[in-house]
Amino acid sequence: MNLRVLKRNIPFAATAVVCVLLYVFGAVQFYDENFFSLRVFINFFYDNAFLGIAAIGMTFVILSGGIDLSVGGVVGLVSVLLAILMENHGAPPVIAIPLVLLLGAGLGTVMGVFVHYFALPAFLVTLAGMFFARGMALVLQYESVPITKHVDSINSTLSLPLGSGLQLPSSALIYLGAFVLALWLAHFTRFGRNVYAVGGNEQSATLMGLPVARTRVGVYTLSGFCAALAGVTYSLYTSSGNPNAGMGLELDAIAAAVIGGTLLSGGVGYLAGTFVGVLIFGIIQTTIIFQGTLSSWWTKIVVGGLLLLFILLQKGIQAKKLRPKN
Amino acid sequence: MNTWHKLKWPIIALALVLLFNFIFSSGFFQVEIKNGRLYGSLIDILHRAAPVMLISLGMTLVIATGGIDLSVGSVMAIAGAVAALLLTKTEQPVAMVIIISLAVSFLFGVWNGTLVGLFGITPIVATLILMVSGRGIAQLLTDGQIVTFDNSAFEFIGRGALLGLPFTIWLVLFTFILLTVFTKKTAVGLFIEATGDNEKASAYAGVNTNVVKMLVYAICSLLAGLAGLIVATDIKAADANNAGQWIELDAILAVVIGGTALTGGRFFFAGSLLGATLIQALTTTILTRGVPVQWTLVVKALVIIAVCLLQSETFRRFILPRWKKVTV
Repeated sequence: MNLRVLKRNIPFAATAVVCVLLYVFGAVQFYDENFFSLRVFINFFYDNAFLGIAAIGMTFVILSGGIDLSVGGVVGLVSVLLAILMENHGAPPVIAIPLVLLLGAGLGTVMGVFVHYFALPAFLVTLAGMFFARGMALVLQYESVPITKHVDSINSTLSLPLGSGLQLPSSALIYLGAFVLALWLAHFTRFGRNVYAVGGNEQSATLMGLPVARTRVGVYTLSGFCAALAGVTYSLYTSSGNPNAGMGLELDAIAAAVIGGTLLSGGVGYLAGTFVGVLIFGIIQTTIIFQGTLSSWWTKIVVGGLLLLFILLQKGIQAKKLRPKN
Repeated sequence: MNTWHKLKWPIIALALVLLFNFIFSSGFFQVEIKNGRLYGSLIDILHRAAPVMLISLGMTLVIATGGIDLSVGSVMAIAGAVAALLLTKTEQPVAMVIIISLAVSFLFGVWNGTLVGLFGITPIVATLILMVSGRGIAQLLTDGQIVTFDNSAFEFIGRGALLGLPFTIWLVLFTFILLTVFTKKTAVGLFIEATGDNEKASAYAGVNTNVVKMLVYAICSLLAGLAGLIVATDIKAADANNAGQWIELDAILAVVIGGTALTGGRFFFAGSLLGATLIQALTTTILTRGVPVQWTLVVKALVIIAVCLLQSETFRRFILPRWKKVTV
């Protein structure tokens, strides 16, 4: 195998190794409590489905060399809108869900246009997007409300029975479906290759005649769509419309992508890495819950520590290469 | 490009907000003296803006080197937690409590600076680490509880008054003067701007860019710690969960409104203070007009976009094809 390819895969491999180690640690430590069981394993995906879906969109944005801070706000807005549409206006889910997904994508498109055509820093534009979405969510509905209509029927229709009384819940199913689609989009379509090219070197991409504008706007649209889908998943998962849903989600999503080996400078990374990054989140959370005596905010400290570890690792690998021009 | 050119938009925006209040909110400009202390909406705006102002001063320096510091909110929470614990669990004198909590904040800044300067990690990610884990550390210190304290000497920081004005305003003024002298009367300011303008060239010219970065992150964290003490004394408690939540965004916004570009280079302390005042003036206006507080976020979003567009060369050329000729 080519040495260069091997080297590029070290961060991903390291992430996978850490993930397996953490899982084995949990499985051995809490063997009696059935940590090593299909039920717990499914929960890794079930509990973090909306984080995973948001992280998919975030990975595309980071691959293209940008950043999207608006995802948490969009989750809140979508969650509230879904509640209002389905509860107050009696809209059927087949209308309400596509409508909110379209809205998320539209918000993303607007941000992408600002970033690309007016050359504004992505950090600020998406920050404004976050304020706007979160603010609108709070304006529409100040407090969390339960969604009673349709949610149970959607959840039961979308869940996949796995035998022996277990089933893959709807949010996990949406997450896995979105992940497979995203894999195809990133690695088997022209759009995916353009994203890598734009993130790797925008100037070269332009000179090669790639549609930089369309790709960049497309990436933010995709991220907005993913954030909206994450919002729908959140509402299904909690059966509620919560304007504060997804507080700080953008940072967890960025952390998951970085832990998964995606470089923030763009152009390098894998969706599979993000998937494993989200899985690591789930394993740490579950381990801490199983442990019982540790408080839940240890999750944050451990995630911060892992983030540091992986970034230093990436730096170590990068230092050996020729440093690319910033 | 002179300072006026950079400060033009925030000054106009602030004037518009004040004009709006002058016309529509009666008594907005009233300043009363009670117990030898000034009271009124204008004083209140400055007092409430103090934590963001302090942090935005530090953030100005960080952004001038081309960096960003997302961890200030977490550092605030940690500083508040440390102070509250020292006040309740030990018999330390108030001066020591303040010195220790500021020293802790300073050390976290050195940590950020080490990651950015020495290891060359992207500032967003390097400070993201402390942002995520810092709040966890603060929660761990306070055991997830809101630690309340009662110490009138310590509470002077956020609630006291000096010569009729809230002490917080004096703190901001003092920090502003100190930093201005420090950066304009010594070579440090030049080094900071040089690092932000062209890091490689500065390094070749003999500027130790690593030390410069270490310094700015340390100052920023120190000021965040001070802001943390203000917020803690304001509510007489350390709230690890909520102290400093979102404040990094307000601080960054204040700096950008104030004319310091996110790409680094020239920096404007006065602009950042104006930016922070503008944000607070907007918030106070929204509250006094009886508009639900949640609209502040939407208004902030529109302000960010408007300011960014006004500062964007591309946008100006887009609306006015010959704008460039006019300004240059």
